[in-house]
Amino acid sequence: MSDWQVKYKSSLKDRGTEGILKLREGILLFVPNDPTSDSKLKVLTPNIKSQKYTKEGSKKPAWLNLSNKQGDSHIFEFQNYQDMHACRALITKALAKCEEEQPKKPAAVLTSAEQLSIADLELRFKVLRENIELQRLHKEFVETKVLTEDEFWATRKKLLGKDSIRKSKQQVGLKSMMVSGIKPSTDGRTNRVTFNLTSEIIFQIFAEKPAVRQAFINYVPSKMTEKDFWTKYFRAEYLYSTKNTAVAAAEAAEDEELAVFLKPDEILAQEARQKIRRVDPTLDMEADQGDDYTHLMDHGIQRDGTMDVVEPQNGQFRRSLLQDLNRHAAVVLEGRNIGKHLFAPPSILSSYVFHDVDSENTRSVAEALARVKQVSKADGETTKDANQERLARMSRLAEMEDLQAPQNFPLAPLSIKDPRDYFESQQGNVVNEPRGAGTLKRNVHEAYGSLKESILEIRTKGLRDPLIKPEVAFEVLFYPVVFRSLTQTISTAKNIIGKNPRESFLDRLPKSTRDEVLHHWTSIQELLKHFWSSYPITTTYLHTKVGKLKDAMSNSYSQLEAMKESVQSELRHQLSLLVRPMQQALDAAFQHYDADLQRRTAKSARGSAGEANGSV
Amino acid sequence: MASVASKLYSDDVSLLVLLLDTNPFFWDTTSTTFSQFLSHVLAFLNAVLGLNQLNQVVVIATGYSSCDYVYDSSLTSNVSSESRGTGGIPALFGSLLEKLEDFISRDAELSQGDEHVDRIASSLLSGSLSMALCYIQRIFRTGHLHPQPRILCLQGSPDGPEQYVAVMNSIFSAQRLMVPIDSCYIGTQNSAFLQQASYITGGVHHAPKQLGGLFQFLTTIFATDLHTRGFVQLPKPVGVDFRASCFCHKKTIDMGYVCSVCLSIFCEHHKKCSTCGSVFGQSKLDGANASSSVNDRKRKAPDS
Repeated sequence: MSDWQVKYKSSLKDRGTEGILKLREGILLFVPNDPTSDSKLKVLTPNIKSQKYTKEGSKKPAWLNLSNKQGDSHIFEFQNYQDMHACRALITKALAKCEEEQPKKPAAVLTSAEQLSIADLELRFKVLRENIELQRLHKEFVETKVLTEDEFWATRKKLLGKDSIRKSKQQVGLKSMMVSGIKPSTDGRTNRVTFNLTSEIIFQIFAEKPAVRQAFINYVPSKMTEKDFWTKYFRAEYLYSTKNTAVAAAEAAEDEELAVFLKPDEILAQEARQKIRRVDPTLDMEADQGDDYTHLMDHGIQRDGTMDVVEPQNGQFRRSLLQDLNRHAAVVLEGRNIGKHLFAPPSILSSYVFHDVDSENTRSVAEALARVKQVSKADGETTKDANQERLARMSRLAEMEDLQAPQNFPLAPLSIKDPRDYFESQQGNVVNEPRGAGTLKRNVHEAYGSLKESILEIRTKGLRDPLIKPEVAFEVLFYPVVFRSLTQTISTAKNIIGKNPRESFLDRLPKSTRDEVLHHWTSIQELLKHFWSSYPITTTYLHTKVGKLKDAMSNSYSQLEAMKESVQSELRHQLSLLVRPMQQALDAAFQHYDADLQRRTAKSARGSAGEANGSV
Repeated sequence: MASVASKLYSDDVSLLVLLLDTNPFFWDTTSTTFSQFLSHVLAFLNAVLGLNQLNQVVVIATGYSSCDYVYDSSLTSNVSSESRGTGGIPALFGSLLEKLEDFISRDAELSQGDEHVDRIASSLLSGSLSMALCYIQRIFRTGHLHPQPRILCLQGSPDGPEQYVAVMNSIFSAQRLMVPIDSCYIGTQNSAFLQQASYITGGVHHAPKQLGGLFQFLTTIFATDLHTRGFVQLPKPVGVDFRASCFCHKKTIDMGYVCSVCLSIFCEHHKKCSTCGSVFGQSKLDGANASSSVNDRKRKAPDS
C-alpha cells in the first residue's frame, strides 16, 4: 500500500495539515484533506537527498524528515511507526533504483532540454504567457522545428535570469554578539541551570576556543556523550563566572576533562606566537610577547566588571573580558568559510534533547573547523622558501643605494618607423574591379577642355535666367523630403505634409495587414539574427540549421510579396517602400548563402582530403 | 569695435566650407552641364552670404589629381580689378571663376600621366576634406568669437575605395572638432563615404533626384545654420551604407578580417598586419573558409 494518512509540517513548529501521502513511480505526492489549503506538495524521487526519522523508543510521534537537493525539508507525521518505516523503506528503494538508473542513461539522450528543472520550464512558460509577441515568435519557429528551444532562449537570458537571481540566498555572516557567553536560565526552585544550545552557539564556541574543539574531537563519542561534554563545559563556564578560583582549582584537580576547559587555551597561545613570529620585520612596528592577548593576567577587568587581584597560582582559572572580546572579534573578522549546508537556519532545539543525527552534526562542525585551521596553518607555516623570501625582502629594503652594483636592466631597442611606410602601404596593391564597358583609355584632354568651356560660358553669359524653371520648382516642392512618390494626389499630400508620414501611413493600413507587417518585421529580425550568427559554418549542425533558416526566410519573402499584392493600389507603393528594407536584408542573406554554398561545392569538388562539409 | 562685433554675433553666424566636385570625367557623363551646376551653386552661395552679415563662405575645388582653395569670402581682394564680361555675374564671384579656371588648368597638367590607369574616376575627397578641416582649425584658433563652421560636400563622382582610410580619418577628426559634414550627392550610384560622413558627424545627407532644381534643394536643406537645425525638420536617412574597403586591395567588402590591435580591415587572411605590424595567430578556419571570419587572435612576437 503506498498511501498513508499523514500530517505535513513544513517545519517543526508547524502544527501540520492533514492529508494523504502517495508514493507513485518516481513521485511523492501529498494531497491535503482540506481542498482549500494550499500546501499540496509534489516531490520527485530523484530530488530527495536524505531522510531522517525519529526513533521508535522515544516518546515522540513518528516523524519522517525528507530533505531535497535544494535544501528544503519536509516533515511528515505518520499515524504509527509501522507506516513510517514502510514509507521509508519504499523511498529508500526508489532512491536506490534512481541511482542505478542514472549512469545507464546514454549521454546522447540527455540533451540540455531534459536537464532543465521544472522551475526553469515554468519560468519560460510564464514569460511566454506574459509576452504575446514572444509567444507568437516561439510558436512560429520552435514548433515548426526551425529553431530549437535552446537557440530561441539563448539570446533572451535576461528575461529568464531575473528570477534565478532572486532565488540565490545570501550567505549570513557571523554575529558580532558574543553568544558563546550567554547566561543560562536558572531555576531557583529546583536548582537547575539550563543552557540552550543552538548550532550557531556551538559554531562560535568551536571557533573561539580551539582547545574545546580539540577536546570535543578527542572525547566524543569515545569517552563521553555529547551531553556530558556540554555539561562539563558549562560547569567550567559556571565556575569562571563565580570567580571562585579555589573551587575551580579543586574541581580541576579532580576531573581531568573539566580541567581541559579550565586551562588557558594552548592551541590559541601557539597560534598567537606563530603570528608574532611571522610579522614582517620591515614593517615599522614593535611586536613582542605582550601582544599575545592570551596573557593579560595582571591587568584588565573581569567579565563582570570588577578588578580583582588574583593569586598567581590560580591565575590560570581566570579570564578577562578583554581576552574574550579580542578572541571573538578575531573570529568574526575571519568570517564564515565553512560550507553552508552544515547550518540550517537557527532554530532552537530544546535543551539536552538531541537525536543521534545531531551529534553527528556537531562533530562534523568540529572536524570541519579543525580542517580549516589545519589548512590555514599549513599555508602560514614558515617553510624554507618562505624564510628565504623574507630574508630577501629584508635585504632589499635595508640596502644602501650607493653600495649597490650597477644595474643592467634589459633594454628593448627603440624602433621608430618611417611614416612613409604607412602611407605607401595603403597606396600599394591597388587592384580594382574591372571597368567592364567603360573607357579603358580616358581622354584627359577632352574632358578638361569641356570643363573649361563651361566656365568660359558662365563667365560670359552670367548666371542662368531664370535659375529654375517653374515646373521644376513645383516638382521639387512636392518632392518627398521624407520618402514619397511624385504621383501623389493632392489630397493625400495635404494630409501628410507636416506630419511624419510613416506613422499616418501605418494607421491607414487595414489592421490585419499592419499586424502582419509588424509581425514579419520581428520574425525576420529573429531569423536573420540566427542566420548571421551561424556563419561561418563549421559543423553539420550549423549547416542544417542554416538550411532550415533559409527555408523559413524564403517563406517570409514570398509572404511579403503576397501581402504587397493583396493591398489596395493606392497603398501599395507605400507598403512596398516599408517592406523594402526587410526584403533587402533577406536578399543580402540569400546572396551570402548562395555564395557560400558555391564556394563550398567548388572546394569539395577540388577534392582536398579531410575537408568534407567544411568541418574543422 | 570688438563690442559691436560681439553684439552682431548671434548664434546663427556660420562658416560654410563648400567642397566643389570638379572631376571632369564625371561632368562629362552627366546631363546637366557644369555651367548650369555652377550657376545654381553661385546663387546658393550668394543666398548664404545674404542670410547674415557675418557669414563666411570658403570654396575648395576637388579635382581629379589635386585640390585647392578657390574662394574665401573674408578676403578683401575678391573684387577683381578687371571684371570680364557683362553683368549677370555678381562681382563677388569674379575671382572665384578666375581661380577655378586656373585650378582646372593645373589639374589637367597633373592628370596628364594618368591616361591609362584603370582606376575608378573618383575625385580627391580626402584631400579637400583635410584642407577644409585645416582651415576650420585655423578659425577655431582665432579666439572665441568665430562663426560656427560646417562643411558641405557637393559630390557627383563615385567613391574611390583607395581613399577609404584617409576619408575615415578626416571624418573622425571632424567628429572630434564637432564640425558637421553635410553631403549633397548628385551622382547616379550611392556614395557610402558621404553617407557615413554625414551620419557620424551629425550632418545632413541628401541625394536630390532633379538636378534642374538643385538651387532649391541647396537653399531648403543645406542653407540652415547649426542653431536653426534644432527646430527645422531635415531629411533623415533611412539606412546608412556602412561598408568599408579593405586595406590591402581597396575593395569594398562587408565581411572580412579585422586586426584586433589597430582595427585595420583585410579581405583575406594575412600573416601580419600591414598597418601596425602585429603578427596574427592561427585562425580557427584556416583552409576551410577563406573569406568569412571576423576575428583573428593576435600573438605577441618577442621581436618584430
